[in-house]
Amino acid sequence: MKLLKRLVPHPIFSLVLLVVWLLLNNTLSAGHILLGSLIALILPWATAGFWAEQLHLHKPGLAMRFLLLVLWDITVANIQVAKLILNPRRKLRPAFIHYPLEINNDFAITVLAATISLTPGTVSIDVNGDHSVLLLHSLDVDDEDALIAEIKARYEAPIKEIFGC
Amino acid sequence: MIDIIISIFLIIGAGFALVGSIGLIRLPDFYTRLHGPTKATTLGLGALLIASMIYFSSRGETSLHELLVTMFLFMTAPVSAHLLAKAALHLRVRSEVKLPRCDE
Repeated sequence: MKLLKRLVPHPIFSLVLLVVWLLLNNTLSAGHILLGSLIALILPWATAGFWAEQLHLHKPGLAMRFLLLVLWDITVANIQVAKLILNPRRKLRPAFIHYPLEINNDFAITVLAATISLTPGTVSIDVNGDHSVLLLHSLDVDDEDALIAEIKARYEAPIKEIFGC
Repeated sequence: MIDIIISIFLIIGAGFALVGSIGLIRLPDFYTRLHGPTKATTLGLGALLIASMIYFSSRGETSLHELLVTMFLFMTAPVSAHLLAKAALHLRVRSEVKLPRCDE
């Protein structure tokens, strides 16, 4: 077990690498599975020095649900932003927002920031020195506190639970 | 039948890409324009990729490359938007609303 852990220090990363390799080559031939597995074993080992702290996926099921939720939100919010852009009489109310972070793990913050950027209407710009405030820019803000509360409940809470931090 | 489905996805994709470009003209400042590329592309490109997947799969060769394109896009789009915004903020690019302090 210990040997296995040393050989495969990042099992999920290795699995993703193998899948990406097979997708890139669009094949399931034995040769590529072998080559992909080799890459999946060597790359995590070669990049070991660059890895920050380990972060465990506490709830894979919830992570899948979260992914689907984000995909759905992207679709809905895209349509909303399209409406905002195409309606010439509509005056936009853009704003910078300081979003107080609850999670403090670097990777979890990265995931949250990426989620915020991908869902239309908001872009994450910066995180402050001690990682407690995320600076966002929003296209059209009605109620700043409501937006913060929504991001907190919809994205930050699940991320917190998924990574257990 | 499949042709119709592919066409619908292509039109949706092209439509959202167009909306993104219109947004680029219509929006007032750099920070709001930034919303275009990260947004319109996600759904617009998503629809185009679904069309591509259906087209090639219907010709008998399963094509799943598109999943990778989606994955890489989702990983890189937020990073580039983030860097652009950060650089703009650092240079104090003009904004419609008051800029926050730089060190925050």
